[in-house]
Amino acid sequence: MTAYLASLMVFAGINALLALGLNVVWGLGGMVNLGLAGFFALGAYASALLCLRLGWPMPLAGLAAVGVAAALGAVLAAVTARLKGDYLALVTLGFAQVVQLVAANERWLTNGTDGISGVPGPWRSLLAPVQFDLLCMAVCWGLVAVCFAALTRLAASPFARVLRAIREDEMVAAVAGKRVLWFKIRAFALGAGASGLAGAIYVHFNGYVAPDTLDVLLTLNVVLALTLGGTGRMAGAVVGALVLEALTEGTRFTGDALQALSPVQIASVREAMIGIVLVLVLRLRPQGLLPETPRIMALETRAGR
Amino acid sequence: MEGAILALPAIGFNAVYAVLRFANFAVGSIATIGAFAGWMANTALGWPVAPSLLAAFFVAGIVGVVSDEAALRPLRRSGPLTTAIASVALGIILENVVRFGFGNDPRGFTLPVYRDWRGFGLHVGPQQVRDAGASVVAMAALFAFLAFTRAGKTMRAVADNPMLASLKGIDAVRIGRIASFVGLGLVGFGGMLIALDTQVDPLTGFRVLLSVFAAAVVGGLGSIPGAVMGAFLIGIGEEMSLLVLPATYRGAVGFLAILLMLSFRPAGLLGQRA
Repeated sequence: MTAYLASLMVFAGINALLALGLNVVWGLGGMVNLGLAGFFALGAYASALLCLRLGWPMPLAGLAAVGVAAALGAVLAAVTARLKGDYLALVTLGFAQVVQLVAANERWLTNGTDGISGVPGPWRSLLAPVQFDLLCMAVCWGLVAVCFAALTRLAASPFARVLRAIREDEMVAAVAGKRVLWFKIRAFALGAGASGLAGAIYVHFNGYVAPDTLDVLLTLNVVLALTLGGTGRMAGAVVGALVLEALTEGTRFTGDALQALSPVQIASVREAMIGIVLVLVLRLRPQGLLPETPRIMALETRAGR
Repeated sequence: MEGAILALPAIGFNAVYAVLRFANFAVGSIATIGAFAGWMANTALGWPVAPSLLAAFFVAGIVGVVSDEAALRPLRRSGPLTTAIASVALGIILENVVRFGFGNDPRGFTLPVYRDWRGFGLHVGPQQVRDAGASVVAMAALFAFLAFTRAGKTMRAVADNPMLASLKGIDAVRIGRIASFVGLGLVGFGGMLIALDTQVDPLTGFRVLLSVFAAAVVGGLGSIPGAVMGAFLIGIGEEMSLLVLPATYRGAVGFLAILLMLSFRPAGLLGQRA
């Protein structure tokens, strides 16, 4: 049971990192990024391959994974700088699909659809499975805490102020002398880096990565986590990831109703649930559990008006 | 041949975009539903291909309208992006409804087998020619619908200028439903053609989603003739790519086309929206 809960918390932490990354790009910058699964995949594969093929130590490989994902994020942001809304959604979704294609086809590098197995985890061979899960949980949430603290500071910085301005009206930000493209690139790289980190944690915890785990459902999960928590606030991203994990795991315990179904059917019910909850949240509480306080209102409250 | 098959889902996507003004990412799953409906008609009821295609059209159209009413219409006032994201979720829901009912195993149609036609050093499968023919007939029917019927004309009016159309007393909600039915029905029709060419499983439509988007974007979002043209260009591009890339990278051609098009001419070849 402890091991189960610990591994749940690892997955919740991974989703929290992805949601934090998305929050920088989407919540602050207003750029929709449906390519999260692509950056996640880049991080996972980069870290796994650097460890296995080149024998890099895990922290270094993880750092490199963040770098790879961030670099590609910057490139994608530069290429798509002029796109907004549904156009951007289309391109980023396509990006993730291309990453998945590459992972499935470049057998010499990624071992194709069989995926990469035997990825080392921290002291996996020395620890009992429960201890390993607990250690991973600690590492994962330690990193979530670091990212959370850093991004919360960032959200209060002038950098984030400009991003919010770009989100509300790009033209105004440009007229105010802000280099919109440069801000967008940095925000995207930051978000992609966080996704890459999530991917690296995933692969070292799981020991295995294959292209079919990296599909659009992963992205949708994170979009849901962030929408649920509230876009624009870093706490919203973390809370959303935790609530989502509780929700999806809760469906495991729906009792006998699901016992009669085949494994494929149970999986399909769980996947459909994610979709249904997202549609319901968008409809009933689009601002999420912890909505972003508009800045003017916050300033007025502070001034005691 | 590839282009003729892509054209229908691309047209459907653009028809919905033109009237309701959001990118409906659920088209992949709607195509899958069309494929399954046609497959059921063909194997369980023993219908030949042509009426099975009609079954694909009607089932996909009805599922499309009902799911749109239930999930997406209340969200439209929150903006096109919210609706588009919800449509990704809707696509996942529909895909899993299909998976729940039919499982993941690939299935095939019961078709009479023909010998390939040969000539001029080429092999042509009669099935492919028939698929392309079916696609052309469906397109002709759509153009006739848009040009000659009252519903078709009002649809074009709403697509052209929703404000003016509402001043003229056109009920936008009703026209939206018709657009969803016809557009998503065509997506289902195309989905069955795709399945005839490949196989029927819960991801049949999703696999060609990127190519369909590419066709729609290259032609111009919201433009129906554009979708036809885009589909043929993407189809030809994907075939040509076989000369330099392994076959599995076909999908990447679509992504590249989308990127190039959006960078240099976001409105598409025949589109108006900048």
